[in-house]
Amino acid sequence: MDVNKNSYIFGFSAILVIVVAAILSFAAESLKPMQTENVRIEKMQNILASVGVEATPKEAGKLFDQYIVDQKLLNHEGKVVEKDGLSAFDIDAVKQYKDKNLSDSEKYYPLFTFQNEEGKRYIVPMAGKGLWGPIWGYVAFAEDMNTIAGSTFDHKTETPGLGAEIKEKFFTEKFIGKTIFEGDEFVSVEIVKGGQPWDSPHKVDGISGGTITSVGVGEMMERTLSVYVPYFKSNPKASL
Amino acid sequence: MSETAEVKVKEPLFSKKNKKLLTDPLNDDNPITIQVLGICSALAITVQVKQAFVMALSVLVVMIFSNLIVSLMRNLIPSRVRIIVQLVIVAALVILVDQVLKAFVYDVSKQLSVFVGLIITNCIIMGRLEAFALANKPFPSILDAIGNAAGYGWILIVVAVFREFFGSGKLWGIQVIPQSFYDFGYFNNGLMILPPMALITVGIIIWVQRSRNTKLIESN
Repeated sequence: MDVNKNSYIFGFSAILVIVVAAILSFAAESLKPMQTENVRIEKMQNILASVGVEATPKEAGKLFDQYIVDQKLLNHEGKVVEKDGLSAFDIDAVKQYKDKNLSDSEKYYPLFTFQNEEGKRYIVPMAGKGLWGPIWGYVAFAEDMNTIAGSTFDHKTETPGLGAEIKEKFFTEKFIGKTIFEGDEFVSVEIVKGGQPWDSPHKVDGISGGTITSVGVGEMMERTLSVYVPYFKSNPKASL
Repeated sequence: MSETAEVKVKEPLFSKKNKKLLTDPLNDDNPITIQVLGICSALAITVQVKQAFVMALSVLVVMIFSNLIVSLMRNLIPSRVRIIVQLVIVAALVILVDQVLKAFVYDVSKQLSVFVGLIITNCIIMGRLEAFALANKPFPSILDAIGNAAGYGWILIVVAVFREFFGSGKLWGIQVIPQSFYDFGYFNNGLMILPPMALITVGIIIWVQRSRNTKLIESN
């Protein structure tokens, strides 16, 4: 058989492509349930990690049900809303941030309430952009809805050793104890370069060499948290 | 490779020739330092040892299977479209590896995320398909894949060890330079983390290798 005949080349290519497509779509479809489950578990782990609860993938579901006592949805004006068929957990902050077709009124902001023996924590998911791609995270507030009780950040493609360090403990720990209100005014938390007085309650030392990612974290926090400000202020426990 | 010779003498599984396929790429025919292939990923993912290791392992898997498949199909592939055919096979394998990792070892797949795409374009894989698998039988092709992937992998890991140690004071993500050094004024070398230092590290390995084996130095 002449393998260099045109008809053979066409036939060969067609069969190859169909076979490869079939294998890939079969693999993708059959592995999908496991993959979505992994993503769900990871989200639970991240939410719990923001309040300092380290959960292994196996126990994440159980701990999540145990500690997360309430899930709310806020609209873009910071009012609690109900939407049929949409739970706070289903909101994908990164997707919502990237979707340019969504108007403000179509965006929903989840708020998770965590409770253990020590009291309540309010967990806010957020998304923004770093140097190379999306970054996201969860910031937990103490009962006064002002003091940061913990945080966790993650990224898709930031530079390892530089911007990617935002997910490391040494960085996230710096947020603990910082406050987002100055008196009655919302000021968020700013990420600053070295050499500045970052011992202020509203400033956090950024990562050397990861400036754009660090600034991205600051921007993401300010933009997201400003939505929650009306809710935080209306809360009776808030001590502003 | 004449037909008659193949029938007459059955080659032992690990003949001298086959062993050379495994050992040559580790040193005198190393894909990175001698053939200068796969440099791009050697620069991109050698900041941390763990990533380099996972990358090396994934390249090994993809190379073994792509070499095997192409070698099995070598008499069926029309030479005019062979590059595309190789690309389809490699890309399909990489996606398959990615999907399986995502389903079963989610943490590792997160480590790999962006680098999976790099495997498809890794010149070593295409290079070995072109240079070896298309003209050789399946078993030698597998050996060739293992040899080259190992040759690629050890350079990657050595470079990563240097860069992670001097760049972040860590190995495999664990702090190895004690805090007391930092208290005395020791600083991590931030330059090690940037891509140029990977190139320089690879350059130093090439230098050492060629000064040990002067045959490798080009005459001109």
